[in-house]
Amino acid sequence: MSIEIKKLNVYIKDNHIVRNVNIVLPEKQITCIIGPSGCGKTTLLKTINRLIDSVEGVKIEGNVFVDGQDIINSGTEITELRRKIGLVSQRPCPLPMSIFDNVAYGCRINKMFKKRRQLIYHVQKNLKAVGLLEEVKGRIRTPAARLSIGQQQRLCLARSLAVQPEYILADEATSALDPISAKTVEDLFVKMKENYSIIMVTHTLHQALRIADNVVFMYLGEVIESGPAERVFHHPQHELTQKYLAGAFS
Amino acid sequence: MKIARKKKLKENVAKLFMWCAMFVVFGLVISVIWTIFSKGCKAMSWNMVSKLPGGGFYIGKEGGFLNAIVGSLYIVGASTVLGLLVSIPVVFFLNIYLKKGSKLAYLARLAFDVLFGVPSIVYGAFGFTIMIYFGLRTSLLGGIIVITLLIIPIFIRTMDEATRNFPRDILDASFSLGATRWETLKVVLRQIAPGIATATLLSVGRAIGDAASVMFTAGYTDSIPTSLSQPAATLPLAVFFQLSSPIPEVVDRAYAAALVLTIIVLLLSISGRFITNRFSKNKV
Amino acid sequence: MFALTLLAIMLVAAIAIGLYLKSASVIQDKSIWSLLFSSEWRPMKGNFGFLPFIMGTIWVTLLAILLAFPISMLTAIYLTEYSKPVVRKFVFPALDILAALPSVIYGVWGVLVIVPWISQHVAPHFVEFSTGYTVLAAGIVLGVMVIPLLISLFIEIFSSVPVELREASLSLGATRWQTTKKVVLRKTIPGILASTVLAVSRAMGETIAVLMVCGCVIGIPKGLLDACYPIPALIANNYGEMLSMPLYESALMFAALILFAVVLIFNLISRIILYRLEKTEK
Repeated sequence: MSIEIKKLNVYIKDNHIVRNVNIVLPEKQITCIIGPSGCGKTTLLKTINRLIDSVEGVKIEGNVFVDGQDIINSGTEITELRRKIGLVSQRPCPLPMSIFDNVAYGCRINKMFKKRRQLIYHVQKNLKAVGLLEEVKGRIRTPAARLSIGQQQRLCLARSLAVQPEYILADEATSALDPISAKTVEDLFVKMKENYSIIMVTHTLHQALRIADNVVFMYLGEVIESGPAERVFHHPQHELTQKYLAGAFS
Repeated sequence: MKIARKKKLKENVAKLFMWCAMFVVFGLVISVIWTIFSKGCKAMSWNMVSKLPGGGFYIGKEGGFLNAIVGSLYIVGASTVLGLLVSIPVVFFLNIYLKKGSKLAYLARLAFDVLFGVPSIVYGAFGFTIMIYFGLRTSLLGGIIVITLLIIPIFIRTMDEATRNFPRDILDASFSLGATRWETLKVVLRQIAPGIATATLLSVGRAIGDAASVMFTAGYTDSIPTSLSQPAATLPLAVFFQLSSPIPEVVDRAYAAALVLTIIVLLLSISGRFITNRFSKNKV
Repeated sequence: MFALTLLAIMLVAAIAIGLYLKSASVIQDKSIWSLLFSSEWRPMKGNFGFLPFIMGTIWVTLLAILLAFPISMLTAIYLTEYSKPVVRKFVFPALDILAALPSVIYGVWGVLVIVPWISQHVAPHFVEFSTGYTVLAAGIVLGVMVIPLLISLFIEIFSSVPVELREASLSLGATRWQTTKKVVLRKTIPGILASTVLAVSRAMGETIAVLMVCGCVIGIPKGLLDACYPIPALIANNYGEMLSMPLYESALMFAALILFAVVLIFNLISRIILYRLEKTEK
């Protein structure tokens, strides 16, 4: 159960954004994609759950295998693919509804439960998993937009988890948060890797150092180096990686 | 998998409805244009646009509707100039002299939006009461005044939008170089020139097509007005009045006038699109 | 500049006051209640009951919005949520044309296309005879006229919904349609309502096109195939005769005042809502 990317090229209009990427994202581990901004990290991430489809003028070449199935070329059911791959975006964006309905949204969309009791139990379980259940007690029916930014981000995580994905994609999920909330969310990711394969885009090297099992370093759309975190951080093979780690790009 | 199929079905049904809606919109456009062009082209001749109606616009079989073309041009031309003279200072005042978030600016924008929504028949009735108050009869002047009132909100709204989108940094840059407000105005003017152009085209389009307001104020006549105090014919009223005539030749005049009006309005609309597309590339 | 701005703002008040002064004599003479709710219209005898005209306006406006709303909504959704740029390249100019055409042109179209269609193909199924100059004809013509306005307002509102919100919904396995229905539409309900109110007020004041196809028979319409006589048509049709009787003129100015007041209120409400939404989005 892993994601394998082969000879992937993504063009948006005339720009070659992702260039010939070949990587494997291993199961039940945290893979961090690092690199300077504008290097195609987010585009790569959005290709994995095909959110890239709604970008105008996009062209994809190559293969992305999710659970052994090529999601680019075979007629994959995209909604099912997206259910299987959760997404946590940079800015938390609660849907315009109550806290409960936010978490229940995906379950209802996918008709996961027949009985209301099951749904309530499921929502509570997922709120608990992100440590929100206690914090929102008594106001679970109030609009989600009233939560603090940090709480909103955890709510978004709970919302993703509620549809029982196998993978979690996180796009700089902690960058908009205050340090304490960021730490909470980061700890959640570490805990979650027991059950999920996590692919994380981050531009803070420190975060990658703390939590990554695997590291993919991208530069100008190409993967320069990838492998176990230990090796990439401490014995980088490529000159560009060494420069980036030494802070040459920032 | 059953759920996925159901989802997909709903998605496709929704899409089908949307396609139908767009089909209806296209159908309407084609129907309207085709009706006007097919009737108008049959009725069209050089006499139509070059001669005055002979023997009265409602019953006379001879001639064309030159009176309406000239009347419309007089009214639209004059009111566009007047409208610009009033609107440009107001837009500058709103965007440069007033600070962002000013109460007065908010109120003014609200007022212009509301004025924009006021039906033209109400403008006509209001204009009419004023004219009576000043002892004016239906005249070219009355038409010009009412059409000016009618298009000022359009001018201001459209220009205001163009000016609001424009980067205030340029203002700061200009001020910081020691420029006065008047010099800064010139910088701004160059920036919003396309906005003014679009606003003008929109206003001219509205002004030339509006019938309800000039009905009261400009009246209708068979001849070309030679002074401001004479009544003036207009294109939309030429269509409206002559369409209901029992005489086929007169009805033909209405069709031909409708064709001319439609062509003018379409040209204005197309050039409006052309300007916004071309000019916007040169903006910051 | 300040004076000009003030002057322009004062125009709103000026219109209201001007129309009120003119209609004051009929209001004093008859009381507002009887003007609004009496259906007897005999100008020569001095009876001015506006009910038939008010009902005519309501019928025509409601029908127009009922027809235009679903078409505009679906088109706007397609254009913002689904379409490729190619589609927009074709649809936008078409909408431009619809928006640019003057009222009188729609009137000609109504007289030549809609009216005969109703009298020959629609009405025979329901009534023995109809000229085609009916509530239905006026509603259809007016509906077509508000479509471009509604679509452009809807597109503006839908575009203000952040992309991230749509992505959040899509990434949970929702289809485009589910996302539109449960997130985009839900988020924009106030804006949709405000735009619709705006379109209603626009439809109410349309004169020439409606005048040409409504039939202009005084009476409260009982169905879609009855003729009607909306307020703007009443004003436009009688401007010539009214000067002969001061009270008649006053009554027609009262009609203009009603129209102005309703449109003003509707406009104020919807604009204030739309302004507020615009602010929160930024």
